[in-house]
Amino acid sequence: MEHLSAIADRCRRSAPAGDYWSARLESEDTDELAVRQRVTEPSVLGSSLGVFLTLVRGGGIGYGATSDLSAAGLAAAWERAAGWAELHARLGLFDGGLYPRSSLRAEYASPVAEPWESLSLVAKLDLLREACAALEFDDRIVDSTAWLGRRRVQQLLITSDGGEIRQVFDQVSSGLVAVANAGSQTQSRHGGGADWGGQGGHERLARVGFRADAQRVAEEAIALLAAPECPVGVRDLILMPSQMVLQIHESIGHPLELDRILGDERNYAGTSFVTRDMFGSYRYGSELLNVTFDPGVPGELASAVADDEGTLAERQVLIRAGILERPLGSRLSQARSGLPGVANARACAWDRPPIDRMANLNLEPGQDSLASLIGQVERGVLMDTNRSWSIDDSRNKFQFGCELGRLIEDGELGGLVRNPGYRGISASFWRSLAGVGAAASQEVRGVYTCGKGEPNQAVPVGHASPPALFRDVEVFGGGE
Amino acid sequence: MKDAAFFELTDRLTQALRGEEVLLCNLDGEDSDFVRLNGNRVRQAGGLRAWGLSLDLIEGRRQAQASCDLSGDLDEDLARARSLMARLRERLPHVPEDPYLHYATEPSASHQVQNGSGAAGDWDGAGAIADLHRAAEGLDLVGIWASGELSAGFASSLGHRHWHASRSFNLDFSCYREGDKAVKANLSGFVWDPQALAAKLAGVRRDLEILARPARVIPPGRYRASLAPAAVAELFDLLAWGGFGLKDHQTAQTPLLRLARGERHLDPRVTLREEHARGLATRFTGEGFVKPEAVTLIAAGRYQDCLVDSRSAKEYGQAVNAAGESPESLALDPGDIPSAEMLRRLDTGLAIGNLWYLNYADRNDCRITGMTRFATFWVENGEAVAPVTAMRFDDSLYHLLGDRLEGLTWERELLVSPETYEGRSSASALLPGILVSGIDLAL
Repeated sequence: MEHLSAIADRCRRSAPAGDYWSARLESEDTDELAVRQRVTEPSVLGSSLGVFLTLVRGGGIGYGATSDLSAAGLAAAWERAAGWAELHARLGLFDGGLYPRSSLRAEYASPVAEPWESLSLVAKLDLLREACAALEFDDRIVDSTAWLGRRRVQQLLITSDGGEIRQVFDQVSSGLVAVANAGSQTQSRHGGGADWGGQGGHERLARVGFRADAQRVAEEAIALLAAPECPVGVRDLILMPSQMVLQIHESIGHPLELDRILGDERNYAGTSFVTRDMFGSYRYGSELLNVTFDPGVPGELASAVADDEGTLAERQVLIRAGILERPLGSRLSQARSGLPGVANARACAWDRPPIDRMANLNLEPGQDSLASLIGQVERGVLMDTNRSWSIDDSRNKFQFGCELGRLIEDGELGGLVRNPGYRGISASFWRSLAGVGAAASQEVRGVYTCGKGEPNQAVPVGHASPPALFRDVEVFGGGE
Repeated sequence: MKDAAFFELTDRLTQALRGEEVLLCNLDGEDSDFVRLNGNRVRQAGGLRAWGLSLDLIEGRRQAQASCDLSGDLDEDLARARSLMARLRERLPHVPEDPYLHYATEPSASHQVQNGSGAAGDWDGAGAIADLHRAAEGLDLVGIWASGELSAGFASSLGHRHWHASRSFNLDFSCYREGDKAVKANLSGFVWDPQALAAKLAGVRRDLEILARPARVIPPGRYRASLAPAAVAELFDLLAWGGFGLKDHQTAQTPLLRLARGERHLDPRVTLREEHARGLATRFTGEGFVKPEAVTLIAAGRYQDCLVDSRSAKEYGQAVNAAGESPESLALDPGDIPSAEMLRRLDTGLAIGNLWYLNYADRNDCRITGMTRFATFWVENGEAVAPVTAMRFDDSLYHLLGDRLEGLTWERELLVSPETYEGRSSASALLPGILVSGIDLAL
């Protein structure tokens, strides 16, 4: 963080006159290791460093981002920001005075028990070779990969109001994939943390079961080859946390983003079926639906002390007992809309502006065990691990597919089915929520790459969820 | 960063190599302006300068890779790069030999500048935005202006010297009537032309008039349909995900597995090429190979060749023909339907202007799902009579480009990608529209 402090001083010294400014300095270090089909892939180290400067002046807002951190480079970036602030002052969508000021001073660091460096490169590669070999126990496995990665982001946000926020985000990610083939049928199965991201160090490998997961992953990929197709029809549906993540993300998270509701995203990510007048009264789901924005969950992917506008991040209830209360809107979006919101202005890196994102968006636990959810189903399907996602630009008509399905008959879990999928409409789907797993069944997961924004940005977001039961859903399998 | 600065940096790094070390250096840079628009006004505006250096240090059969941002100052950048080199040297003894290590050992060189800086008809972003604001008066316009210089270079200790630079703009926008009723448009190129913008907006205003009519709600089912080039592009954008790479074919993961194995075929009028020579992307790969003029992926409805990157080439014993195993300069052969005749040939059905958020419903059968988006109209007796509410389709490309393909348009559109996730994209596609006897709508 010291290297950022020195650059911050240069930013302060070079900042031009204006109503307000902020400088967000970010350095990002990454390391990617993988073994595919028992062959070690080239390792890739990454080191990124740059600054994002925001200037509010004369009723306009402009930004300049640069990797040239010399005094001359910063001066050029400030000048660029000033030029765009001038255009914004003339043709802006709103008064630049709405831009939120921050004088917050705060610090945050991801909880890390076993740092990335605590395991040698040789030990990491040995671990990957062992896992990859375990995936390849059968000739029908035609591809296999085991991977480990780290991402460390150090961020320093300073403002002309004396704000100074230091945050260090650490992630260690891991994953396994086995691809099985027989004839013209191919099935993939992921595990070992592939879709189970979180902040932390090597201790995460134990949490996601990396070392022990290879055999299950490969066996399930092979078993799926011979499994019958998921039946077509209307059935009850149990979604495991690995699929609930996507369901929450696409049909609650995105529709509640206030910048979408304000129309900013209509050319790319889309608009929302949610309108401003719905907050406080709209029934989003059944009474079992309770959704929170919670930046304080230890180890969740987007936990933080503040967002990239310098707003203190605090837990907020968005949907309470099925009733919509609050959107996912940053302070700027709140000022534009007059609605309440959360601290969710986030950028993917030093070269992108902050926009409204989900951060940690969680389904609060209910009362049921997984067994009791299954016991409530007479005729249904259980689906696990997202593999396909598609939803309309208003975030209403969706169709999702999963890697693995299991039939449920008369309250009992049955055999595997392959290529399971389901479709529905957000506005009615959550009202069919009939059971939510208890806290013991909740898994703190997330999505590594949530894409939106112009220019485009992909950020990690956290989603914690237990399994959940939905009534009368249209399900289907594969084939033409 | 200019070519001379990049080559000086890489020369200095090369001079410091030890023993039998080989160094491959790649540069990706941009000096870009981005102006986000909403309600035909500026939502967010700014500029960016960024250069990224990637290094691949090789010793014998071992390799390790690293990347860092550059400042543009030689001394500072040398320090950053040398720090990376030190980490790579530390790492090399601990990684095993790589059987698929593969790079061009024969030196080669190229220098390509597309409409270089300072060309006649030069423009600035703020001026273009002011033009747009005036021309689109009264429209609820939302979108993104992206412009500036892109640069890419490759140099190696073996003597490679490749440089590619371009200065271009991409205005990607849509105009809304109400709710989700909108018309999408794109204007991109090297020379800003307010007349071209005016023509584009005139077309948008015409389509918006049709969107003002009450929307037609249609039930799920199979519908005769025309797909505009922008909608066809969405189909191929998804197919690019695993469809054409050699590794995906060798490991049976391609959604075109049945096509590749000859169990299915597409309509004989479907011929698809990766046209490296036509495209806007670089002609060299990150390992120093020079791409061929073109690669024929599908010929007359039958699968022909895969895209082969350097690693797959070594693993499976084929020649390198691409930087990566996804297309970035795709072209579909035209057909014989004049675009102006498309609605008459459709007669009654759906005129689909754009598709959105596609994904595989079942890769094994190349089954794809996605949404209609923007201007999609119900057509009766060859005339667009009403907009259609957003519908979900779920269908196989073996049908849409196979037994239900009635024809392709004679004219093709060059569609330049507005994507900016990893910097401004240089991908493009040259595509006709298509006419199908049926597309299955599911929701």
